[in-house]
This record gives sequence, structure tokens and C-alpha cells, in this order.
Amino acid sequence: MAECSFGLIGKGYVILASDTTAGRSIVKMKEDEDKIKALGPNLIMATGGEPGDTIQFAEYVERNLRLYHIRHNHTLRPSSAAAWIRRTLADSLRSRNPYSVNLILGGYDHTTSTPNLYWIDYLGTMVDVPFAAHGYGAYFALSTLDRYHDPEAPLEEGLETLRKCVREVEKRLIVSLGKFKVKIIDRNGMREIDL
Amino acid sequence: MSIMEYNGGSVLAMKGKNCVAIASDLRLGNQAMTVATNFEKVFPVTDCLYLGLAGLASDVITLRERFRFRVNMYTIKEERQIEPATFAQLVSSTLYEKRFGPYFVEPVIAGISKKTGEPFIAATDLIGCLNFAKDFVVCGTASDKLFGVAEGLWEPDLEPEDLFETISQTLMNAVDRDAFSGWGAIVHVITPEKVITRTLKARMD
Repeated sequence: MAECSFGLIGKGYVILASDTTAGRSIVKMKEDEDKIKALGPNLIMATGGEPGDTIQFAEYVERNLRLYHIRHNHTLRPSSAAAWIRRTLADSLRSRNPYSVNLILGGYDHTTSTPNLYWIDYLGTMVDVPFAAHGYGAYFALSTLDRYHDPEAPLEEGLETLRKCVREVEKRLIVSLGKFKVKIIDRNGMREIDL
Repeated sequence: MSIMEYNGGSVLAMKGKNCVAIASDLRLGNQAMTVATNFEKVFPVTDCLYLGLAGLASDVITLRERFRFRVNMYTIKEERQIEPATFAQLVSSTLYEKRFGPYFVEPVIAGISKKTGEPFIAATDLIGCLNFAKDFVVCGTASDKLFGVAEGLWEPDLEPEDLFETISQTLMNAVDRDAFSGWGAIVHVITPEKVITRTLKARMD
């Protein structure tokens, strides 16, 4: 929970941001951990939760989506990929050792030319949202996003909203989360930027 | 806190004269934090049969998919649409299959029989104990408030438009007294000819 990720939709793009600290108990192990995984040419996923599970699950998803791509010669649309990921988590929840992973999934659907954002938690709850947040940061960022988010905002405005969220978390959350990594997905694919 | 109240949300169905109505709120929360305000809990099964699911959101989605599958299989095998009463039994047995590790969901069923034109409503608990009511059925985090308001507002033989007003007022006034439900609502009024779907402008606080 002492980690957080955000996602928001704007005009023709989705931005995902995640903190970069990897820790164990009270010790900070790493300050440049990339928690946003590219799942395909038009899909990215921010993960949080049990440290081992996040990586295992992200790679499991990535490879299954890759397999689908190879078998069918086209990638899954974000909505279908999200449904599959949700189902995997929901099935896992009632298994002997469930994945304890919370996700924010961002993608650009080329068939409808729309950006998609999904909030998914370890229980297999999924909802498509204009903006999303996980972790303790969510308690601060969601109210900031309620106030400033605009689904029709151009990229620079979306990034400014994201900066507001990060600033709010840095100001009010008692633990320091360090730097945030930001990735954008739009019709041209995925790219990483500095906030 | 109980797992049934983890995500919040409420569903309600009412009988009218040759019509039925089913409605839900739109909130999806994580305990007290609201995550989304577009989470519908009522789904079409056939063109005159709807299913509402309140409870753990993960199981709401899982069961929606599961019922879609089982109804499709039924439709293919029987070469006809499923009747509301039959579907209620399907819901009951699907839930009872998981008697000792249940889906944390309380379903509400509302529809009109294609054969007789009779309106039909029913609800079950999380392990599939059916409750066939002749007035209204409720479930979700605001169920106790819904019972109270519905008891006061509902009357027999309401026409579709009056039934819409009754169910909308019942739902809105009940969820306004519940912190875990609300944030907008959606209502479906089912008549033999058509289904009227309206989203309600409710209190967003």
C-alpha cells in the first residue's frame, strides 16, 4: 500500500504514472524500479501490491497477450485484454495462493480511436474510469482529479493535472515515494516522459 | 466489515400492472472511498428479463459473465428464450453450487413472461434461497432503508410511468441515507412491448 500509481484519460491519450521505490519492511532497496509494463503496442499496465506477485503476474499477462498476438496475428483490444486480466485475477482469488496485485490498465483502441483506462484490484474488481489511482496516494489524488480532470484536455493540460496529484501526495502523504515514472499511450504507441 | 458491504451498492425491483421495474445505483467503492460512479449492477438477460446483482463487485462481474454463458447455452439447447421463472431457478442453482464457498452476491430478477404476459420479480440470498415477492424485492447495502421507503410508496397495479416514479423515488430516497450506495442511479421499466431505460440525476455527495 505504501506505493501508488495514477492513470488518467485525456483527448486521445492515456497517462499512467507510478512511483519507483522498491522496498522491503522499513528498508528502501531501489529508487528506479519500473512498475509500468508494456503489454503490447497499444497497452500498458501499472502494477502494485505484493512485490513478487506483481512481477510474476505482469509477465504472465504479457506473455499470454503476446501468445494471442502470435496465434491470431493481431493484438487484443484493450477492453478484451482487460476482461481477460480481470478474469485471471478473479479465478486466482479463489485458488490456493492468489496473486495479490492491483492494476491500472491503459490502452489505445485503434478500432474505435479511443483511449481506455481500467481500474482493477486484486479481488478481480474492474471498472473503466476517466481517472484512477491505487495505494495510499489514491486517498489524496482522487479528490485532486475530481476537481481538475478533463477527459477532453490536451496532453500538456493532462500532465499538469498529473503534476498536481504528485505534488499533493508529496505534500500530504507521510512517506516519501520518491520519483514518479510517467508513460503515455496514444495512437502513435507508447512513450516515456519526464514529469 | 462484511465482504458484502466492501464495494457498496443497492438494487431494487418492483411489480406493476403488466409491467415490472428494476433499478440500481451506480457507485463502486473500496470501503468508504468511491472509485467509480458508472458501475451498473443491472444487466439484460433477454429482451424482457433483467438481472440485478448487488454485493462484491468482482463476483457481480463474474456472475454476469457466467449467467450470460448459461443463458446462451439454454437458448441454443431449447431453441427458445428463457422464461423469468426458469431463469430464477437457474440463478438459484448456480449460487447453491457454491454452497460452501459462495459468490458474495445477492441477485434480483425482474421480467415479464413471454408466454403469459405475467410480470415476475424474485430475489435470492447469496446461496440461492429464492424469494418470490408479489410487490417488491430489495438487496444491497441500503436494503433496510429500501424496505422502509418501498413499503411506504409502493401500491398495487401501477402503470409503467407511475411505477417508474415510484421505483425512482424509493431508490433515491433510500440511497441518500446510505453512505455506500448512491452517486446516480439507473432504472429499467419493462413492459411487454418495450423496455424504458433512464439514468437518474441523483445527489452526488
